Amino acid sequence: MHDTAHAHAGQHAAPTSFIRKHVFSLDHKVIGKQYYGLALAAVLIGMFLSWLMRLHLGWTNLAIPGLHLLTKNGAPGDVMTPEFYLQLMTMHATIMVFFVLTTAPFAAFGNYFLPIQVGAEDMPFPHFNMMSFWVTFVAFLVLMSSFFVSDGPTLGGWTQYAPLSAVGQVGGPGEGAGVVLWALSIAIFCVGQLLGSLNFITTTLDMRTRGMSLWRLPLSAWGWFITSVMGLTAFAVLMPACILLILDHVAGTSFFVPANTVMNDQMQPHSGGSTLLWQHLFWFFGHPEVYIAIVPGMGIVSHVLVTNMRKPMLSHRVLVYAMGALAVLSYMVYGHHMFVSGMNPVSSLVFSFPTLVITIPSTIVVLIWMGSLYGAKLRINSASLFALGFISMFIAGGVSGFFLAQPSIDIMLHATYFVVGHFHLVMGVAAMFGIFAGTYFWFPKMYGRMMNETLGKIHFWCSFVGAYAIFMPFHYLGLAGNVRRYQAFAPEYMQPLIPLHKFITIAALFTGAAQLVFVYNLFVSRYKGEPASDNPWQATSLEWSTPTTPPPHNNFGDTLPVVYHDPFQYGVESSTGDYVMQTSPEKASAHDES
Amino acid sequence: MATTVHEPPKIEGQRDPSQSHGGFNSGGQDLVPGNLPAVKRYSPPPASTGIWVVLASITMTFAAFTSALIVRQGSALDWRHLTLPNILYVNTLVLFASSFALEMTRRRIRVVAGGLKADSVDASRWLYAALTLGLLFVVGQYIAWAQLRAQGLYLATNPNSSFFYVLTAVHALHVLGGLGGLLRVIRKMGNSTLRKSTLDATAYYWHFMDGLWVYLLVLLWMKL
Repeated sequence: MHDTAHAHAGQHAAPTSFIRKHVFSLDHKVIGKQYYGLALAAVLIGMFLSWLMRLHLGWTNLAIPGLHLLTKNGAPGDVMTPEFYLQLMTMHATIMVFFVLTTAPFAAFGNYFLPIQVGAEDMPFPHFNMMSFWVTFVAFLVLMSSFFVSDGPTLGGWTQYAPLSAVGQVGGPGEGAGVVLWALSIAIFCVGQLLGSLNFITTTLDMRTRGMSLWRLPLSAWGWFITSVMGLTAFAVLMPACILLILDHVAGTSFFVPANTVMNDQMQPHSGGSTLLWQHLFWFFGHPEVYIAIVPGMGIVSHVLVTNMRKPMLSHRVLVYAMGALAVLSYMVYGHHMFVSGMNPVSSLVFSFPTLVITIPSTIVVLIWMGSLYGAKLRINSASLFALGFISMFIAGGVSGFFLAQPSIDIMLHATYFVVGHFHLVMGVAAMFGIFAGTYFWFPKMYGRMMNETLGKIHFWCSFVGAYAIFMPFHYLGLAGNVRRYQAFAPEYMQPLIPLHKFITIAALFTGAAQLVFVYNLFVSRYKGEPASDNPWQATSLEWSTPTTPPPHNNFGDTLPVVYHDPFQYGVESSTGDYVMQTSPEKASAHDES
Repeated sequence: MATTVHEPPKIEGQRDPSQSHGGFNSGGQDLVPGNLPAVKRYSPPPASTGIWVVLASITMTFAAFTSALIVRQGSALDWRHLTLPNILYVNTLVLFASSFALEMTRRRIRVVAGGLKADSVDASRWLYAALTLGLLFVVGQYIAWAQLRAQGLYLATNPNSSFFYVLTAVHALHVLGGLGGLLRVIRKMGNSTLRKSTLDATAYYWHFMDGLWVYLLVLLWMKL
């Protein structure tokens, strides 16, 4: 059933030239795929850097053939210097957080599917959308260019704490030009994400087709919408912070460097800045960023699970409210990253309380997933396995958050591998599993071919077992006092931990290699996969009702769809089977809450 | 700068729900009695929503700068008093005058759109006045920076001057963005494709620049 309205914001003619079609495209679907491609390139680079780090951690003086090609001074004899280790760590984290965990689940899938799921032809501001991707791409190039400046990229960590990040060259390799390039890259990245958020919000609010009320949006669309609101406010704060950091470097201002700072025996020419100012500005962005990475995954996983459970969630609305509560609370908890900054203990308590409170919506989300899964005849496929894996990682990583939320415990664990294990599981691996679930689920719609299920399941089990093998021991290492960011373990008490580090390194190499199975599957299926039907999963939301697969330039052909139902009408009796599509006027079951 | 508009600009008024993607009555087809109680009857043009999204983002950016200023002031002993250049107050009036001219543009265009008048020459004049005054504001800000430099106050001289330059420069960049918006309105008026939502969004942005500037002026006057 389709609407005959034609005049729509964001409408633009189909491109004819190669450049407009594949490079500077206004089509949200092409932009989504460009974001996915960028994230794929970034994750492979980020993973490669983590391999190098892990090899060094397992075998400290190991010569890694060819390592000197990546750095001028950081690998004499192909053996990693401590400084180069920190540079790799910083770049690994920056690439993963910004260019993978933000771009793939939010910008890539959101760009491709949000307009289709709301029943629109495109986003309302396609030029801004195109700019959003290309600005992000430029940000990535600027970041990677720091590998090629004289002393390499910054070594200050993705948090870039001042004063180290603000003093310049005297701070060590990469602390001059490397930091400037880092800050410039992130500032540019912020612009890209702000443009993207503008489009996501207006698409959700203004571009919904006839019959598509907000409560009829699929959970994935809710995830992207909530994330875009977070992105709008969080990146708008990080950008000024980066501007001030750049000015401390290139203009000699004193925003972040305290007076009388001595660095490497040199008095710094700054009149008195605030190191904590950087932390406040950074973490006001930084904690919402955690949810910017994970909430789209929550939406995607919910969407995938519902489709494969063949029944609705226990409560669609409570799940949306819980994701919204996560977004709101994410701004009130950022101080828990600063428990060891010397803050007033009362302030610690003030930040500890909402940090504990935020576990409530997180728990509600998990309980809704678990309760909905109870008794469901789940279809087991690569997408649903990764969705289950997401829940598993989110729980395993989230539980350690209960401990870290309390200042008295966090002070002991803050600088250890316990925290590294926590955030890798709850934010990194969980979000990656959300990306994988989305890829296996939506690939048929994006490319008109199915991905290989056998390879997908091999990929899942290797990733699932591998991720736990890598990151669960991190918690033990942290409890044993293994300080993070050390490039070698010289203290005597750390010696017994080295075999465990070697095991983790082997697990990381194995798990990383398993990702190559995914990459192989992705590219081979793109060209040789089994042809996909328009709706291979018997799903209900609008992306499965496009007239062709992949969708045409304007998504729905000459007419826009009309929506009659909640997004997830499964477990009903209808002429099509056990589901009713959103576009079908057929009477739905009692599940329809709208 | 003067121009003649030979035909009245086509102003898109409130969207006809029959043309709206969210419209309830569109299509003219009978709705099968499925479940359609919660559909939207009307969707605003995205520019109307988008402008508030943009303004929210700008607000957050300046909130971040403000908190930076307050934290920085409280954390060190190098805070020095800075006397604001008097031209800033003149600039404020210029910016207000620009907003007034843009508001007059909107009124004239409403008259044209309502069919009470055949051409939009008046509207164009007010629009060019708004653009010129906006440019004057930016020039005025540049003069203020030059005056400070003449006193030996540069970006890195002390934290006060740093914040003065940063806040006024970032605001001026946003004003330049608004001038770009005004040029776009002029172009669309010229080829009769101006939408009401575009004009409104540009006006809201421009008026917001006024409010933001007054806020910054008070902040700088109180804190520096």
